[in-house]
Amino acid sequence: MKNHVIRPLFVVVGLVALILIIRVFVVPKDFGVHERGYMFGWYRKSNEGDWKTFKIKYQTSEYCKDCHSEQYKKIINSKHAKVQCENCHGPAADHPEKPEKLSIGRSRELCLRCHAYLPYRPSVYAQLPGVPITLKMQDPNVHNPGIECVTCHSTHEASLK
Amino acid sequence: MDCDRREFLKVGFKTLLATGVSIGAFELLKPEVLAALNKEKGLRWVFVVDTTKCVGCGMCVRACKLENEVPYETNVSRTWVERYVMTKDGKILVDSPKAARDGFIKNDPMGVTVKKEDIDKAFFVPKLCNQCEAPPCVQVCPVGATYQAPDGVVLVDRTWCIGCGYCIMACPYGVRFFHPLYRVAEKCNFCYHRINKGMKTACVDACAFGARQIGNIKDLEDPVARIIKTERTAVLKEEFGTKPHVFYIGLDSIVR
Ligand code: SF4
Ligand code: SF4
Repeated sequence: MKNHVIRPLFVVVGLVALILIIRVFVVPKDFGVHERGYMFGWYRKSNEGDWKTFKIKYQTSEYCKDCHSEQYKKIINSKHAKVQCENCHGPAADHPEKPEKLSIGRSRELCLRCHAYLPYRPSVYAQLPGVPITLKMQDPNVHNPGIECVTCHSTHEASLK
Repeated sequence: MDCDRREFLKVGFKTLLATGVSIGAFELLKPEVLAALNKEKGLRWVFVVDTTKCVGCGMCVRACKLENEVPYETNVSRTWVERYVMTKDGKILVDSPKAARDGFIKNDPMGVTVKKEDIDKAFFVPKLCNQCEAPPCVQVCPVGATYQAPDGVVLVDRTWCIGCGYCIMACPYGVRFFHPLYRVAEKCNFCYHRINKGMKTACVDACAFGARQIGNIKDLEDPVARIIKTERTAVLKEEFGTKPHVFYIGLDSIVR
């Protein structure tokens, strides 16, 4: 074979070898074909663990109930029993260290998410033990517009103050 | 009959043994034992959405965005709630403003006010990743950055994703998007960090209406698996052959 064929060939073979060597260092040891086969399971195994250690922010009302037992008992015995504390107070992630205090959702818009009348909003609520109840809905343009709901209503008791 | 005492005892003993063994075998088939065996066999996460219960409050979307660090002010979200309004003159209005992060508090589908008497049917449909059994989003990834974990959840490796966007185009459900900060593909992963610690997803916890449920379809006693096996459920875009694992109760044909 002539020189002008052999020389570029060497370059190509050299490049391929170089790429293969770099690959050994760059690709993580646990990268490869796992349980679901090449089509769905070709990945870095330790990434599963990465996602498992992602930080939890919403702790659920179970987390709140010991320190705030009074409020917890109130709401758990009300028609708002299924509403999580964090739905209105925000995620409790590092509370009470930081933030020491959580926010308090008092806005009319927050209540209207469930209680604004829409012709297509399911009107029966069946999540409470016993019989289904009707979901209280109001037309926000008619029912005391401009006033915060919490002026007259108690959220933790789901009743008038 | 020449059955002496020794022979008699031998046969008797063998018979007793055989009965004992076969009763032992029956023991194995007891439902509790079977269920336990079944549990060991595996874990496959599934989701059930009951659209008849959803009131469109959007609490799930809010919880999801905060839990999973999806920038709150952006329009992208891992889960969202769609509003469908079909009017008497055959129009279908579909919207999900800001992914329904702030819920639906006005009767203004797509900006138009529709009178109650003009509506044929209307409802809310929560959406999230279907954790498909044959996920096209995974098949198209050229570098192996998105994959399906053995428990069925499809994950994205943020350190390995090159941001080519193939998977975003491949998902027939429009679930994927670019994370505005990490600049890699982002999607719902059933709150992988929560479900692996015995918790429920943030959206399931946030829903006061029981419209969302998560469970293990390989567990015979799982109430969510029971719903899928015994009730009338449907999946989205079955014709794509992606084998979605989010099952809907009360799904209408106008839902896409
Ligand atoms: S719903 Fe879309 S993103 Fe989720 S697994 Fe299926 S194809 Fe992939
Ligand atoms: S929290 Fe429940 S009721 Fe509210 S929008 Fe989400 S799924 Fe629907």
